Amino acid sequence: MTLRADDIHVRFGTAEVLKGPSLAVAPGEVVAVLGPNGAGKSTLLSVLSGALTPQGGQAALEGKALAHWPPSRLARRRAVLPQHSELSFGFPVLEVVLLGRSPHAGTSSREEDLFIAQACLAEAEVTHLAQRVYTTLSGGERQRVQLARALAQIDFPEGQRHHHDRYLLLDEPTSSLDLAHQHATLRTARRAAARGIGVLAILHDLNLAAMYADRLVVLHGGALAAAGTPEAVLTEDLVRRAFDLQVVLSRHPTRGCPQMMPV
Amino acid sequence: MAMSSLAVDISVVARARQRRALLALWLFGAGLAAAFLLAVGYGALAIGPEQAVTILAAQAGVELPWGFTRQQEAVLLAIRLPRAVAGILVGAALAASGAALQGLFRNPLADPALIGVSNGAALAAAAMIVLGGSLSGVTAVVPLALLLPLAAFGGGLIAVFLVYSIASRDGRTDVATMLLAGVAVTAMTGAGIGFMVFLSDDQQLRDLNYWMLGSLGGITWSRLGAAAPFILAGTLSLTFFARPLNALLLGESEAGHLGFRVERAKRSIVVMAALAAGAAVALTGVIGFVGLVVPHVVRLVAGPDHRLLLPASILFGAALMLLADLFARTLVLPAELPIGILTACVGGPFFIWLLLRRRGSGGW
Repeated sequence: MTLRADDIHVRFGTAEVLKGPSLAVAPGEVVAVLGPNGAGKSTLLSVLSGALTPQGGQAALEGKALAHWPPSRLARRRAVLPQHSELSFGFPVLEVVLLGRSPHAGTSSREEDLFIAQACLAEAEVTHLAQRVYTTLSGGERQRVQLARALAQIDFPEGQRHHHDRYLLLDEPTSSLDLAHQHATLRTARRAAARGIGVLAILHDLNLAAMYADRLVVLHGGALAAAGTPEAVLTEDLVRRAFDLQVVLSRHPTRGCPQMMPV
Repeated sequence: MAMSSLAVDISVVARARQRRALLALWLFGAGLAAAFLLAVGYGALAIGPEQAVTILAAQAGVELPWGFTRQQEAVLLAIRLPRAVAGILVGAALAASGAALQGLFRNPLADPALIGVSNGAALAAAAMIVLGGSLSGVTAVVPLALLLPLAAFGGGLIAVFLVYSIASRDGRTDVATMLLAGVAVTAMTGAGIGFMVFLSDDQQLRDLNYWMLGSLGGITWSRLGAAAPFILAGTLSLTFFARPLNALLLGESEAGHLGFRVERAKRSIVVMAALAAGAAVALTGVIGFVGLVVPHVVRLVAGPDHRLLLPASILFGAALMLLADLFARTLVLPAELPIGILTACVGGPFFIWLLLRRRGSGGW
């Protein structure tokens, strides 16, 4: 059972943004989507989230087209962390995270919502911000609060049984973060995967992706350039073709995963 | 991380917040009750709060120990009460639609006037006042007193429909385009109103001016009865959209990701806000700033959560309208000041103060 997109074609006006890439995320794995600017990564994520219906091809959850899922049921199965989240009014952080519980209204008690919100605040390492007003936070703090909100939408406390597979789609989750928090966020994503959530993250840092992702998908010009394990995908040749950058491949000294050094 | 030392028990925080919310609602409710008693009691003939309560209770068949005169009863029931009820309804409607539109547009400057409701209604009413004389065939069947609010209401709805269809394409509505379309429609209706002013004779000009400045004067039970169902339906149904409005504050696509049917919610919110504000304008003329200022004040006190913001704005808007009307009819006795002048006099500077206070703090 997967969240998958098959042979996706998307045009905005005359510009062909996606030219038939396919991609699947399975529960429990972290998939990183890589590619230069304008490769169609965010568009593909929109298609996988159900927000954008492609002109060609189909995105489906458990074999059923996303367009046929009732919005509230789909929302209980997959959460999306957007690239930017504006909030024009001063909500307290706790309330922002509780907004993530919206799709569970009626099925989840207030106590349960609070319990999950607290767990997700801790999971995203923003417990200390719980009483702050969202609009007073820095860009990086906002991004981590939004991560907590997205987790609260689909996550369950550890040890509790859940009957459905769930998916977390992250659009550049590390874009506003300092080095330590970039790693913290991807560790959070890994822990979510360990709890059975399928994670798809758009990343720009190839080395970060190689350290945390089970599989990499590289888009170039709206089409699939490569897909597979970090070992298989990250080659000097691929990086030159997809990113137009000369790199030297080396190994992470302690983890052994591939790392790229620009020359 | 050293979380454990900083750890807050979230449920304690949440419970405290909920208690505060409930307290705020009670306070706004108590304020409305006090404003109501003040409004029905104050005037050429004084009616004490205990007498007002006794008269009202007697209507419901309940005996209370306080005495009152026949004259007090007549004044209260025939003059003060319909006026107070109209004030409550109109204040509640303008505040609720202001709060909902500010949430929908994620813009603290939005109010019913911004999506063209008020001006559309005003243009239709102006046309009715100026050209109504030539509609003798129609006015023979429906009296002008009833035709005017109906036309205003229709004008408001047409303006909103125009704004909405300009901003919509392929079933999606662009909120920024909608704001700009509202500005454009407001400008065009402004020109139309100017043309009506140009056509009008002296008496019509007086009527027109009076209506454009708003007034709760001359409200009768029958006029109230015609507008009340629309105002109530629009205002109360807005409170059911608190959760989608909260989600919309995160952005439209985020609200969609959270499982809300965003397009449907947006359409309903605009129609309900237009219904409430359009019917309110039809009843009393254009009363500005209430829809803008009330949600602001409530947000300062109670925060931006629409589950609290909408009901609290309804209570506070109603109370504020009663007090504004009290001042309007007593400040320059024996004459009566148009209430729109008063709300603009207080609302304008207050709004500037809000802007200066909030400038730089980065939030509303």
